[in-house]
Amino acid sequence: MADEVLLSAKNLVKRFGGLAAVNDVSVDLWRGRIHAVIGPNGAGKSTLTNLLSGDLPPTTGSIHLGGQDITGRSPERISRAGLGRSYQKTNIFLPFTVWENVRLASQSRAQHAASWLRRATGYAGTNERAEKAITLAGLEHRRDAVAGTISHGEQRQLEIAMTLATEPQVLLLDEPLAGMGTAEAERMVALLKRLKEAHAIMLVEHDMDAVFALADRLTVMVNGQVIASGTPEQVRNDAGVQAAYLGEEERS
Amino acid sequence: MSAAKSHLEVLPRSLQLLLVLGVFALAAFPFVSTDFYASMMARMMILAIFAMSLDLLQGVTGLVSLGHAAFFGIGGYFLSLVSSDSGTVSLWWTLPGAVLASAFFAAVIGFFVVRTHGIYFIMVTMAFAQMLFYLVFDNKEIGLFGLSLRLGGSDGVYINLKPDAALFDLENKKVFYFFTLGSLVLVYLFLRRVLWSPFGRVLAGIRVNEHRMRALGYGTFGYKLAAFTLGGGIAGLAGYLWGAQTGFVNPELMGFHMSAHAIMMVILGGMGNFAGAIVGAFAFEYLLHLFKDLPDIGGFRAGKHWQLWMGLFIVLVVAFAPRGLLGLAERVLRGKEKHHG
Repeated sequence: MADEVLLSAKNLVKRFGGLAAVNDVSVDLWRGRIHAVIGPNGAGKSTLTNLLSGDLPPTTGSIHLGGQDITGRSPERISRAGLGRSYQKTNIFLPFTVWENVRLASQSRAQHAASWLRRATGYAGTNERAEKAITLAGLEHRRDAVAGTISHGEQRQLEIAMTLATEPQVLLLDEPLAGMGTAEAERMVALLKRLKEAHAIMLVEHDMDAVFALADRLTVMVNGQVIASGTPEQVRNDAGVQAAYLGEEERS
Repeated sequence: MSAAKSHLEVLPRSLQLLLVLGVFALAAFPFVSTDFYASMMARMMILAIFAMSLDLLQGVTGLVSLGHAAFFGIGGYFLSLVSSDSGTVSLWWTLPGAVLASAFFAAVIGFFVVRTHGIYFIMVTMAFAQMLFYLVFDNKEIGLFGLSLRLGGSDGVYINLKPDAALFDLENKKVFYFFTLGSLVLVYLFLRRVLWSPFGRVLAGIRVNEHRMRALGYGTFGYKLAAFTLGGGIAGLAGYLWGAQTGFVNPELMGFHMSAHAIMMVILGGMGNFAGAIVGAFAFEYLLHLFKDLPDIGGFRAGKHWQLWMGLFIVLVVAFAPRGLLGLAERVLRGKEKHHG
């Protein structure tokens, strides 16, 4: 599987009234690479994620996924085109079991999703896909637990499992480590390393240790704009970044 | 989310047994009762079918429609429009016809309303139902493509002859009773099956978290429209049976009160599992008769103000048994076993 650009966003702008939450941002996501996006709160990272996933339409700019133009498409069509995302705030089906959460995600890729009269749990392909995702995310032992009752860290893992069950090419992960304990965070970092091989991953994250451990490329956003982009080494040594962001973080 | 607040979708053995006993009781009822009470029971069963059709939207998909009676009314009016006083019409095309006509209207109205959410959905469903209500209320007759449709205006229309089923005689009260009971059981089994199908799981997912469903790739509009259409079709079946049973249709069938009563039935019994809707429909109708028969208390006509008692009762149920009467029964049957939350 040769490295290739799976998702390419060019000159994205998102304005809310007079405010440009995302201002002329371009990113390329490659298969086999993790592209981290960092920046202080309000820098526009989540807005950028929402633009790529179709939750928000861009004001101007274009997004291509696997060669096709997906600019302005609905989230469900972008999802079906091969993009999966996880959310900063855990966004799962709380009253359902872990298994049903992942099975429902997996079912979205099946022809039979709208079938009326057979039992939903009786489809081998859907079950296999869900099984694979649940194992990858390391949640086998919790499959029968109700999603609302598992720990915060496990809910974050469930987010990832659901996203994986849709078999995406491109993964947008919005702070997957937020609120996790050390052991849980380590497991998640290991998982992301494994996922990188077959996916193009964009990682929005505050945990700098994880970012520098994982990222192949790094984009720094401040006030909606990209102030630096490159390898982690280049970015670490960028004077502008140190002044605007990394230094500031150390002071606080 | 606490267990008490989530829906009771899986019915425990004990409740299933209770439901089967209920069916036996309903089957025995006309033999131990008078025609008058058997007719009343048949009407309750019809309302139970109507409540189940709303539960598909309200309890399963999370779409609270305040205009569901429109489709109930269309089913009844369909029968009145195709009936004539000179001869009977066949059950075997008029019943599917009523279901399809209601489903068709539901699909058209649904196309506009399922795009909206929350309070807006409630408002637009009500608006559409009121449009149909006044269309019928204000017109004794309307012309359509050269056909003259007899709507009867605010007086309604009598349906003097029951549909002809060929195989059995619906004019016979007991036969009609069992036909209604059979419809109730079949609709229940059908909807339970839909509930656990891939389609039903998507509807439940939409209720819990529509945003996430879209991010997973589900085109939720189509699913909601399908649910709205299916619910409308089954409401039409109930309306057809109502028209045939009572021999009369009037605009009240699609009125605001009818829609509101159905919502209360579903809440009263417990949402999202269809069995609750049946229990709720029976409980609501039974209480309605009970409250209407209350004696005067010191000059206060308690029976006339039945809505007051009904309102209080529903408030009590919602406050102390958020999963409705069926949820309450489940808790009692489970005994002392503490529910975690």
